[in-house]
Amino acid sequence: MSLKLYPRRESVRKDGLPHFFCPGCGCGQVLNFFLRACDELGMKTEDMTCIGGVGCAARIPIYLSTDALHGIHGRTMPWATGIKMTRPDMPVVVFAGDGDALSIGGNHFIHAARRNVDVTVIVVNNLNFAMTGGQVAPTTPLTATTMTTPYGSSEPPFDLCKMAETSGATYVSRWTTAHGIQAIRAIKTAMQHTGFSVVEIISQCPTHYGRYALGSGSPEKSVEWIKEQSIPRTRAEKMDPEETALNFVIGEFVNTQRPVFWGSTIYDGAEE
Amino acid sequence: MASDGSNPQGRVLSGVHFMLGNYATAEGALAGGCDFFAGYPITPANEISERMSHRLPEVGGTFIQGEDELFSIYAVTGASLAGAKAMTATASAGFNHFQEGIGYAVAVEAPCVIVDVQRCRGENFATQADVMQMRWGTDGDYEIIVLAPSSIQELFDYTARAFNLAEEYRTPVIVMSETTISLMRERLDVPSADEIAVVNRRYTDLSPGEYKPFAAPEYGVPDFAPLGKGYNTIYSINPHDEEGSIDWDPDVYERMYDRLTGKIAKHRDVICQPRSYAVDDADIVLIAYGSEVRPALDAVEMAREDGIAAGLLKLDAVWPVPEEQIAAAMSKAKAVIAVEMNIGKYANEIERISAGRVPVHRCTKNRGIIHSPEEIYRSIKEVWK
Ligand SMILES: Cc1ncc(C[n+]2csc(CCOP(=O)(O)OP(=O)(O)O)c2C)c(N)n1
Repeated sequence: MSLKLYPRRESVRKDGLPHFFCPGCGCGQVLNFFLRACDELGMKTEDMTCIGGVGCAARIPIYLSTDALHGIHGRTMPWATGIKMTRPDMPVVVFAGDGDALSIGGNHFIHAARRNVDVTVIVVNNLNFAMTGGQVAPTTPLTATTMTTPYGSSEPPFDLCKMAETSGATYVSRWTTAHGIQAIRAIKTAMQHTGFSVVEIISQCPTHYGRYALGSGSPEKSVEWIKEQSIPRTRAEKMDPEETALNFVIGEFVNTQRPVFWGSTIYDGAEE
Repeated sequence: MASDGSNPQGRVLSGVHFMLGNYATAEGALAGGCDFFAGYPITPANEISERMSHRLPEVGGTFIQGEDELFSIYAVTGASLAGAKAMTATASAGFNHFQEGIGYAVAVEAPCVIVDVQRCRGENFATQADVMQMRWGTDGDYEIIVLAPSSIQELFDYTARAFNLAEEYRTPVIVMSETTISLMRERLDVPSADEIAVVNRRYTDLSPGEYKPFAAPEYGVPDFAPLGKGYNTIYSINPHDEEGSIDWDPDVYERMYDRLTGKIAKHRDVICQPRSYAVDDADIVLIAYGSEVRPALDAVEMAREDGIAAGLLKLDAVWPVPEEQIAAAMSKAKAVIAVEMNIGKYANEIERISAGRVPVHRCTKNRGIIHSPEEIYRSIKEVWK
């Protein structure tokens, strides 16, 4: 695959700059992956509605030339559902942090997956609440030090992909910011998928998770660590789950089809 | 034919009905153009959802029973921004959960209709205790429109009107229902569809290059642009300028909220259409809203029969406060009585308007039961002494 230097540069809002991501943040990469995926699919952000909640990752849509909903923590799935029911013709893409998707928005997330709402969800999992200053999140690895787990986290984390799968999502994959090509491919598949599609991208937060949990604010070190922790699904499947408990298992987990959601009640009597 | 073999009905069920209040609310919504409803079960609002689940698919709309009330309010704002006329309904405990989403709908100016069938905390008894929560419940500054029906006919009429007000002012409009009327059956006259005025979504004529999503005349309302058509609008709760760009300039913030509050506050005389009964020559003016209007009107008649010059100002919109109309109604009175089914809340607004010129008495009842006419008449006689 040949990578264009500035794919769909016109899809970035000039009035949005300078952006507010920290140097070395993974959110810029995810934005880049998304635009590359759109470019390769021939899709325009102008034809979509992109949704962010609240958080660093949630800011991605407001730098894009697109219609966007933004600024409320954890309610991206209800928004997306309401929009999709009203405008079935229009692609709807959600950008959420792990806190947004799984902490405050966790209930909405599992129900949107259960219903198989036809939207794409890109979860930027930086393993902590970044925008608020690096507190523990439902995805923070056990024992990790954060601003609210100064002695190490006692809370076992969620596996977002497993949760999406058991809740009924019809496309689920996990990659990292160190796996750009694969992440772009996964976003493309998710965007073409009919049904609830989830792409989790493990991402570095050098400012907070890097400094508090990994002992270094260097983006490079954070990405190196993510890379070292990652093992492909195919390999993990052959290993004892205990062994891989602290790893990021990467790859595609679900790619299936079932009826998508168009409201709570079946109705076949519509006389249009 | 629907899957259950029934004949699908149209949007407006013209004719005379003997109808449950919650059904009338749902029918009013359909007459007002509702095509999206999300709800979560709660007594005494359930029949609104149930009716909508039956009726919306018949008219090509979408019904969703969400996972909670936060789903309801955000699905409604999402659907609204995507072009739907959207409604949700709950009772007081669920109304707590709406508050967050009401703030968002206010800030991005998403028209929608919200029904709160008020119930006592933890029980389904009658109350008007949420009257302040409807106005002040969400964070930040705002004005909002709240309509208070007093009968099954008004549940229909006001809910239909709520959709029009929501479009005209690009705002959430709350229909303040109550246990009393929601679970009561009464005559309902549904006019023919062409007799019901429906305000449609106003879309811009401008091209994406010229369009500014939040530019509006002073205290006015901006036009919408459809989603996904290159207008690139950011609907953010964060302070935003006329272009929709998030902007922390204090001038931008002040300008934004001056318009958001002014577009409603400056039009209170058009939004509020209170009705007066025997107020012109009244020494004692009762002020009531919602179901309390019913015993209050009876009490006024009892007083008149006994030679006491009492009158009633019946509010339709309780928010924004119809300040001038209330002031006019009390201008010739010797005393005012604020009638309410709570510990006495809206009375504070009436006192504010009176500013000491006319004594404001309180006839309150906070026992999960509506006032009887006799109880209100007793208040009138006490004030008369
Ligand atoms: C209702 C509400 N609660 C809390 C917050 C504060 N808040 C802002 S961002 C955020 C979480 C950020 O974490 P995450 O969603 O993982 O996104 P990240 O910033 O890490 O990308 C929180 C709790 C808020 N804005 N609204």
